[in-house]
Amino acid sequence: MTLIEIKSDDVAATYRILQKEAKDGGYQLNPDAEFTKNLVAGLMKNEQRYGYRACPCRLASGRKEQDLDIICPCDYRDSDLNDFGACYCALYVSDEIASGRNAVAPVPERRRPRAERGNQAIKQTFSLSSSPVSALAFPVWRCKVCGYLCARDQPPGICPICKVTKDRFERFM
Amino acid sequence: MGIEHVSGKNKGTVMLYALSTCGWCKRTKELLREIGVEFDYVYVDLLEGTEQDMAMDNVERFNPSGSFPIHVINDKKCIVGFKEKEIREEFR
Repeated sequence: MTLIEIKSDDVAATYRILQKEAKDGGYQLNPDAEFTKNLVAGLMKNEQRYGYRACPCRLASGRKEQDLDIICPCDYRDSDLNDFGACYCALYVSDEIASGRNAVAPVPERRRPRAERGNQAIKQTFSLSSSPVSALAFPVWRCKVCGYLCARDQPPGICPICKVTKDRFERFM
Repeated sequence: MGIEHVSGKNKGTVMLYALSTCGWCKRTKELLREIGVEFDYVYVDLLEGTEQDMAMDNVERFNPSGSFPIHVINDKKCIVGFKEKEIREEFR
């Protein structure tokens, strides 16, 4: 695997975009700019080598269907923000930490170990009749990142709340 | 890219498994340098194929969650994550 270098101007530009997107969605990036830019560079490296922004603090398999849960923002971000005030890599932090009232500390891994994960790919196209609530006019889809729910034939291409892609949705009802 | 060596005070064999993109791994490496202990490190994400599998088997032997960073001391004990106090204590 060759070392990928990302130009600091490109990191700064992506950092600004992520900062704006976080703020617009009610989230905060880690106020330690140097630490955070290093994570952003990691996300960009992962995007180049895997084709998606896998968490910089987890080992990606390189197979998207197995790494969906750790594509940033990961499926575990909101739970870790609630419990620890930061996501696993500490790119996103709580208001308390963002304002400097609390320091960020390492977050334990919530993702299941490799041997227990298996294939996480979730089929999104099962029929309505397999739903326990078959009387619904539409299936209900849940964004696994932010919890957004919508009732329609298919999940949206992009989550209107947290902007993750369609493949991060699961059938909820 | 394989195992890199950092010279310093010998406190037994210290092997740091890290990811090249991870902020906590970077901090752990910097802390070990600051303490001045002799250690080896490897960026597991830069390994390929069986080399990476073997490194992961080693990581999971000490740390079943397979998370990074982890450093193994004398092939017996390990510290998972950037636990500054614990790491300083270990190499006093």
